[in-house]
Amino acid sequence: MSRYLIPLLLVAIMIPVFIIGLNRDPSELPSPFLNKPAPEFELPRLKDPSRTVGSADYAGQMVLVNIWATWCAGCRQEHAYLLKLASEADIPIYGLNWRDQRSKALAWLSELGDPYVASGFDEDGRVGIDWGVYGAPETFLISADGIVLYKHLSPLSEMVWQRDFEPRILAAKGSME
Amino acid sequence: MKRGWLALFVVVTAVSAYAIDAGNAFDDPQMQARYEKITSEVRCLVCQNQTIKDSNAFLADDLRREIRRMLTEGKTDAEIYDFLVVRYGDFVLYRPRMSGKTLVLWIAPFLLIVVGGLVAFKVVRGRMAMPIDDDSDSNQAAG
Repeated sequence: MSRYLIPLLLVAIMIPVFIIGLNRDPSELPSPFLNKPAPEFELPRLKDPSRTVGSADYAGQMVLVNIWATWCAGCRQEHAYLLKLASEADIPIYGLNWRDQRSKALAWLSELGDPYVASGFDEDGRVGIDWGVYGAPETFLISADGIVLYKHLSPLSEMVWQRDFEPRILAAKGSME
Repeated sequence: MKRGWLALFVVVTAVSAYAIDAGNAFDDPQMQARYEKITSEVRCLVCQNQTIKDSNAFLADDLRREIRRMLTEGKTDAEIYDFLVVRYGDFVLYRPRMSGKTLVLWIAPFLLIVVGGLVAFKVVRGRMAMPIDDDSDSNQAAG
């Protein structure tokens, strides 16, 4: 009987390992910036190229940085929720318009509404690389002292917001006081 | 016959027309070799089982451009890999570096060989101790 015990034990260990492994999405990679200072950036504004927008604009504030583009289907999907956040949640949203065309991006914002305090226009993807962006939409939660608290990879929604963002925001605000 | 060879030549050389970059990135063959080496070591994160050398995703395009820029600026290979790992994590390299997080990846194969070897050794030793007279039927029954 005991000779079956070890294989049985091994299988009992392997089953949960495989169940967890198979249910993970291999395209979702942890950001190497997690719990580290967010990269800095400075870019021409999408709406007013003569002015810049960058990390200096939100220093000392907790913010969301949302990577979006008009070619990205998930961005259109989450757009209505971003508008809702912009009007209801007490957190500024900065946009990074990634690898896009200015005319298309401007048309998108005037058609669908603009949830962003401002969007930086990252035409050649240089800032995207600095932020380790590899698929839009991506949303970074950045603390008042400039630390990446969370990075979400896929469209935002009420469910995602309540599950992944709100607890982290509350915890960060709690530790500040 | 001559035509056949010509056709073959055209087909074989036409493959380069599908290459990702339009031409050599560098005139200096040594730099070009480094460029090709590095781009074939870096994973395209949009299309995870391709290198950025093989991928025409625009992220791969952007990364090749950054690598060309860094090579032109005289950065070393290590500095270029660092640049990528800082931004995209260990996963971006096809041969991840040895670190606390990737240690298990490097050690696991050797560990499995040792453990498997020990088990095989024990099993064979056990079999050797068995009497030789039992036939294949009884072996199956015992197995």
